[in-house]
Amino acid sequence: MNAEITMPATAVLIEDRAMRSTMRKQRIQDWFFHKITMSFALTVLFVLVGIIVSLMIGAWPALKEFGPAFVSTVEWDPVNDQYGAAIAIVGTLVTSAIALLIAFPVSFGIALFLTEVCPAWLRRPLGTAVELLAGVPSIIYGMWGLFVFAPLFGDYVQPLLKSTLGALPWIGVLFKGPTMGIGILTAGVILAVMIIPFISSVMRDVFEIVPAVLKESAYGLGCTRWEVVRKVVLPYTKNGVVGGVMLGLGRALGETMAVTFVIGNANKLGASLFSPGNSIASTLANEFAEASSQLHVSSLFALALILFVITLIVLSAAKLMLMGLSRKEGVK
Amino acid sequence: MIGNAMNPVYRKRLRKHRLGMFLSVAAMSLGVAVLLWILGTLLVNGFSALTMDMFTADTPAPGSEGGGLRNAILGSLMMVGLSTAVSTPIGILAGIYLAEYGEENKVAQVTRFVTDIMLSAPSIVIGLFVYALYVANVKHFSGYAGSIALSLIAIPVVVRTTDNMLRLVPNSLLEAAFALGAPRWKVAMLVRLRAVKAGVVTGVLLAVARVSGETAPLLFTALNNQFFSADMNQPLANLPVVIYQFAMSPYDNWRSLAWGGALLVTFSVLALNILSRTVFAQKAPK
Repeated sequence: MNAEITMPATAVLIEDRAMRSTMRKQRIQDWFFHKITMSFALTVLFVLVGIIVSLMIGAWPALKEFGPAFVSTVEWDPVNDQYGAAIAIVGTLVTSAIALLIAFPVSFGIALFLTEVCPAWLRRPLGTAVELLAGVPSIIYGMWGLFVFAPLFGDYVQPLLKSTLGALPWIGVLFKGPTMGIGILTAGVILAVMIIPFISSVMRDVFEIVPAVLKESAYGLGCTRWEVVRKVVLPYTKNGVVGGVMLGLGRALGETMAVTFVIGNANKLGASLFSPGNSIASTLANEFAEASSQLHVSSLFALALILFVITLIVLSAAKLMLMGLSRKEGVK
Repeated sequence: MIGNAMNPVYRKRLRKHRLGMFLSVAAMSLGVAVLLWILGTLLVNGFSALTMDMFTADTPAPGSEGGGLRNAILGSLMMVGLSTAVSTPIGILAGIYLAEYGEENKVAQVTRFVTDIMLSAPSIVIGLFVYALYVANVKHFSGYAGSIALSLIAIPVVVRTTDNMLRLVPNSLLEAAFALGAPRWKVAMLVRLRAVKAGVVTGVLLAVARVSGETAPLLFTALNNQFFSADMNQPLANLPVVIYQFAMSPYDNWRSLAWGGALLVTFSVLALNILSRTVFAQKAPK
């Protein structure tokens, strides 16, 4: 310290100047660092915008030809060059709805088991097992669905559904017709299996953020574990649970390979869930490589655009709900 | 307590509780059973195809005997390798940007949101995008196109994990570096990134696992090639598309190869998943 004070004024000046130049250099380096990393981050944004723009350009001829009626037209006929998206849209929505109907309760059960019921030593291996289920490639689900699951489903489960639910008024019509094993219902079930890991891991994560004090208070009042989950955990994590379900829905809507294997790939709209159908993604997978006419290709782009926009909306909603929850976690 | 147990209200509540717990255990068992069922199916059907031929012979022509998956395995490795090489630096740098400037900057926040959405975006649409952008312009399918599609799927995975990992680094560590006079880029690259190296590797491994099984985006980009080829500028054979075509075919040896390939892909992907977990578990910042 003393040395500095007694240093000649010129030396201080030189040191000061060196320091300033270093700081200037560092500021320039930081400026470059900011811009370079930003340009990489922006690629992700550009890809999203690029996808939407390129799909719009590709879809334009079809949308111009058919207008808004494209969405509601049932006919999809490559031979006569007439295209309408209704079958594919309905197929996509119905299979995803079936998937959610099955996946929600099962995922809830799994998340509940992993957070509240499971002994601590089993928690890791079982959690990993569920996450591995999410890692299995979708084409494997497709093969398993077509060669293993569908025959069993057609021989045992579908006749059972037909003789029970099929006999009911109103909904009976959904469970009629030949039980071939493949079709809309099978696709929905396979999709359910695929999205269960996603939904249950989100649910497990949000269940874990419930403050222990809240749960302990409920236990202290004499609640059973079921009541704690039903009346404390679930209301507290409502947004997160809905967000997780929407995330699963987003996955289900765009899932391609598994659905293509088991949905039957028929451009028909049957009343029964046993009948074969088509989803947007499976139509794309089946027809895009072979589409020859300009209008056919363009109609497929229009389908892709519809799918992408629906998925974006669903996923954004899911994300917003989950973000709301993590904010709550911050203030708890 | 005994009086309590006889209380009808209490018994009703207890019944509900037991039913709930039973269903929860049933759901968990169902999940594990499906996983084992799928893996079992793959082992039973795929094991017989797992011979030396699978690695030394190329995909057979329609109607011919035997054959293997050599060209498909090579094509998959090349495409996954190239897409990993492309997506890793892009993903890590983008992740650094989100972690560094995410708190103060609207652009970063929007990018983070979009990344999360792209993570679940339908992969077939990404294939279509690459088709419209690249394949339609050069007028032929190619391994490069397939690699681009796979990179676009891998990037969000790497960005997301890098961002999450970097945000786990304690502020005190960064402040110590800043107090020594280090500029921001040095703190970010040499202190913050280095502290979570294992976590970033986890993200890359997860991305590799994710793209290794992707089929849909390759249908209109890399397509397939019946012959042995290492030319990335030509249609390239790859495991997922070969599995898809062979599984749907009427030939027994093709189907058997499809199961063999499925076994190979699934166990590689699951091994990568487990590996990434152990890498992270060992070196995670506590």
